[in-house]
Amino acid sequence: MPSPETALSGEPESLLAVFGWYILASVLVIGFVTVSAMFLIWWERKVSAHMQSRLGPMRVGWHGWLQSIADALKLLQKENIIPARADRPVFWMAPVVVFIPAFLAYVCIPFGPRLIAEDLTIGLLYILAITSVAIVGIFMAGWASNNKYSSLGAMRTVAQMVSYEVPLLLSLLGVVILTQSLSMQTIVESQAGIWFIALQPLGFLIYITAATAEVNRTPFDIPEAESELVAGYHTEYSGMKFAFFFVAEYTNLFTIAAIATALFLGGWHGPLLPPVVWFLLKSYFIVFLLMWFRWTFPRVRIDQMIGLGWKVLIPLSFLNLILTSLVVLLLQGGSAGGVS
Amino acid sequence: MVLGGFAAAWLLRRDHPTPLKVIPYECGEETVGRTWVQFHIGYYVVALVFVVFDVEAVFLVPWAVAFKELGVAGFIGMMIFIGILLLGLLWVWKKGALEWL
Repeated sequence: MPSPETALSGEPESLLAVFGWYILASVLVIGFVTVSAMFLIWWERKVSAHMQSRLGPMRVGWHGWLQSIADALKLLQKENIIPARADRPVFWMAPVVVFIPAFLAYVCIPFGPRLIAEDLTIGLLYILAITSVAIVGIFMAGWASNNKYSSLGAMRTVAQMVSYEVPLLLSLLGVVILTQSLSMQTIVESQAGIWFIALQPLGFLIYITAATAEVNRTPFDIPEAESELVAGYHTEYSGMKFAFFFVAEYTNLFTIAAIATALFLGGWHGPLLPPVVWFLLKSYFIVFLLMWFRWTFPRVRIDQMIGLGWKVLIPLSFLNLILTSLVVLLLQGGSAGGVS
Repeated sequence: MVLGGFAAAWLLRRDHPTPLKVIPYECGEETVGRTWVQFHIGYYVVALVFVVFDVEAVFLVPWAVAFKELGVAGFIGMMIFIGILLLGLLWVWKKGALEWL
């Protein structure tokens, strides 16, 4: 039986270690996410520019790499404009509600074999659930602005995100059937031999399409179609409140890419380079792919968007799910027969 | 961190709200009527169908996790479930609820 002294002396230490780890992890995550979002904003501008034979930002730092920092400083000093008829408390809360889930999703993203803040057993479900909360924030923003463009943009965003949430989840379930786990680490570890993109090509295609819609990027950017809705739900936002929406958007972009990497592209597996580098390389490649989409495909109409989501992606993802489960079942039966 | 951002912005910025500056933005036009008006019925239908399919996805997740333990019985059970759902989707489709008016 342990003496009370050791129990007492042991407890605060372990508690301290746990809290210390949480604080360290959150500092690391916040640091990484902020730097990554700023990098992505700059990178998107550069990629867009070069795809259109422009140079993009060039003045601030070498090839404009300090542009995002300059933008952040500018946004910090911006005037605080709240529309006269806005619902003020909700107007203030909306950016927070959009921003915090975007960060919380990073708790379960496996950057390396041991580099994950908390490997929850329901990691994948947790990420999907927490990122859905942002929909509420977006609707709050559109509603509270009391502006017709904002309301319309928010409605469209909600309809779109909600429509593509279903195929997104269903396309990931194929991988879950293969691994029998929702833990991000287990999913990555089970891809040591073969990446799941090889076993789930249809699932990957559905996921990428649904994910593009989920982060409201062109071809699916009707929520903020600038030529008709000015900017959608954040039309009335400026300064720091706008900055939070903006950073959240790019944070979500990386989250989507990170999920694709972890579930379909073998996560941190890869030869020679350290695992973290592999994970980041693959994720940034997916991000680049999404940026490439932006300058390749024209924007869809709202009826095409709803039609594609419900009439193509959902039946296809069900088909993928049924096929995957059938094959797994047959293989399982075959191997069990072979053993016995 | 969000609070820090707001606080820093509060310290650094200067506000000069004027009546003209705080009117809702509408490309220089004055907004006609109320904003919180009746919205397009299509959004409501989409939301309804979504609720059905999201609840169904909640049932699918534990099934997928325990798939190999459930074996053939679990597979057949879930196929019946998905079949009923797909029938529902077909019905909604046929009713024209997925068309944008």
